[in-house]
Amino acid sequence: MRSIHYLRCLVGVAIREWLRFLNQRGRFFSALVRPLVWLAIFATGFQFVLGVSIIPPYDTYIPYSIYIAPGLIAMILMFNGMLSSLSMVYDREMGSMRVLMVSPLPRWFLLTAKLFAGVIVSVLQAYAFLAIALIWEIEPPWYGYIAVLPALVLSGLMLGALGLLLSSAIRQLENFASVMNFVIFPMFFASSALYPLWHVKEASLLLYRICEINPFTHAVELIRFALYGRLEPVSAAVLVTATVVFLALAVYGYDPAKGLMARRGGE
Amino acid sequence: MSAPAFAVEGLGHRFGQRRVLNKVSFSIEPGEFTVLLGLNGAGKTTLFSLATRLYAQREGTIRVFGMDIREQALQCLALMGVVFQQPTLDLDLSLEQNLFYHCALHGLSRREAAQRIAAEVGRVGLDDRRRDKVRLLSGGQRRRIEIARALLHRPRMLLLDEPTVGLDIASRQFMLDRVRHLCREEGLAALWATHLIDEAGDDTRVIILHKGEVRADGGAAELIGETRAPSLRAAFETLVQERAAA
Repeated sequence: MRSIHYLRCLVGVAIREWLRFLNQRGRFFSALVRPLVWLAIFATGFQFVLGVSIIPPYDTYIPYSIYIAPGLIAMILMFNGMLSSLSMVYDREMGSMRVLMVSPLPRWFLLTAKLFAGVIVSVLQAYAFLAIALIWEIEPPWYGYIAVLPALVLSGLMLGALGLLLSSAIRQLENFASVMNFVIFPMFFASSALYPLWHVKEASLLLYRICEINPFTHAVELIRFALYGRLEPVSAAVLVTATVVFLALAVYGYDPAKGLMARRGGE
Repeated sequence: MSAPAFAVEGLGHRFGQRRVLNKVSFSIEPGEFTVLLGLNGAGKTTLFSLATRLYAQREGTIRVFGMDIREQALQCLALMGVVFQQPTLDLDLSLEQNLFYHCALHGLSRREAAQRIAAEVGRVGLDDRRRDKVRLLSGGQRRRIEIARALLHRPRMLLLDEPTVGLDIASRQFMLDRVRHLCREEGLAALWATHLIDEAGDDTRVIILHKGEVRADGGAAELIGETRAPSLRAAFETLVQERAAA
């Protein structure tokens, strides 16, 4: 297989993901509505409950809606990452996973291609959210829109890889829903998405430590800083590491000889 | 002598304690149309899953044109076209989109893919449905598309797992004629797994798989002769029962 074959495969998988996404307009709509509800209702309601002091990257007092915007962007990426993995479980149940798996390319590449395809869709949704968020005066500097792109891609990869890992461990769609509850909500709430970590530290040191090691916190912070053209190196390093680990485990999980598929006796 | 298109030797597989394949050996030459006949649960799908690396193969060997599937999996997969028992088309994509996806997975350029899709879709008589969503097609039409899809990357060996299940007589005949034609005219080797005995003609080579073991392997007429049965169905029943009783 020459490298052009790999590229064509990647493009093919991305086009399929995109076409599936276009076919599921409801998915796009709900992916946008969910964070917008948080922004329009939750952020407004909490405006005066939570005090936000001046913390980097902000150089002045900011409204709460501006504070939670990066968390909501990360939420889009997380839901999308999980949904695209959900589609892996669906594909496996529907059989179309077999088509992917019998193509003459290494399995790690096929899974990575799937991951990238999902991230493209996620990133476009994140930008759609940023466009609508202008209504709430969430206006990062113009260069923030460019600087945030690599942060969105990296965060999307990490969350997608996590979803992929979960999908390798889950046999049926029904199980996926419960894992979503056990993964999405704890990850979202035990992070800096809704409240600055110094607030958390005051309340509970243990929770603070959990938030600190939660890769989702780092996705939020990377996006938050990138929106102001700044790089948060620790977060970037954590995300790269988490992505590699999650993806490696997912590839292992999908390996019929070694992973969970072997233990289950296939599929 | 050139290597057989497909050869399994001492192939075995178990799910936990349950053995589903036991010392299965046979080979198929290029251009040969072979029916793998067995009841549901005989081990046909497991054999196919091992041959397409969906399951990890631990006992015995599978070779495709002389290449061991464990050592040269990607080269083997490139030479094989597969029609799965379970429908695997994406219902919400159009017929053409499904096929372009398959071509991309096999590294074909868009232009090359378009030409091959036009040719294959034409051959299965669905030219006017190319832009329709698969959901709108009948079961028989979907199956035809799956055959067309399996041929897009020009494989030299076709694996078909119960390809006619749920189809009407005309669609079944179409599928059989198409694959036999490919073997005869284009030298493709085909392994056609089925539990429908009448899909094997008198001149067809039949491998009978029962409870994970090869019970018989030979021409349909030969098997009828050996068992002194009036038909292949009767021969099949005799062969399956003989060993069970033994």
